[in-house]
Amino acid sequence: MITYALIFAIACYSAALIFNLYRVIKSPGVTDRVLALDTMAVNAIAMIVLFGIWEGTALFFEASVLYAMTGFVATVAFAKFILRGDIIE
Amino acid sequence: MELLWDIVISALLVIGGIFGFVGSLGLVKLPDPMTRLHAPTKSATLGVGAILIASMLWFATKQGHITLHELMVTVFIFLTAPITAHFISKANIFRDWPAETLPEPAGEGEWAVHQADADTSEGELAVKKETEAAREED
Repeated sequence: MITYALIFAIACYSAALIFNLYRVIKSPGVTDRVLALDTMAVNAIAMIVLFGIWEGTALFFEASVLYAMTGFVATVAFAKFILRGDIIE
Repeated sequence: MELLWDIVISALLVIGGIFGFVGSLGLVKLPDPMTRLHAPTKSATLGVGAILIASMLWFATKQGHITLHELMVTVFIFLTAPITAHFISKANIFRDWPAETLPEPAGEGEWAVHQADADTSEGELAVKKETEAAREED
């Protein structure tokens, strides 16, 4: 039963990542691109964790922690750059 | 007991998948940038949270070692999602909404986003003067 749920979740997140990629490539404004990249990082965390369950190893936790941190910092840096034209003033 | 945990983990995985999918679908489907901000920051965050909790329960019940890594990631994402949403909406106001189209903010002054954009050096000077004045008062 868990296998089917896992396949369903992986399919959902694959589709979600394709939507994000579409939004990054073809977007009406630069803020939408930043938002799509942020969502992509969050969805990538979910994918990494799902792959960890699929493989049955606890090896991928650190990767997901790193993704969470760098995704957040990157989004804040992008937004700050749009706002001020500079990241660290 | 085994079956119960299977059901709980499967339900969490399915819920997480649906929420993540809906969040990214909203990013593509919704009409304007401010409404598009809603979908990923709320729905996708909840979806990833459900997936992470499912992973935690799976490792606790199937492999017998309880880890709190996922809980840490969940808390981190739930804390940072509103901050990124706030930053992106601020950048959005800065780019797409001129000061005249915004409603009057409460209290004195204007919107903080538009305050310092006219001339940064002048704005920094004003801030420096204020801090110096405050220092002299002390």
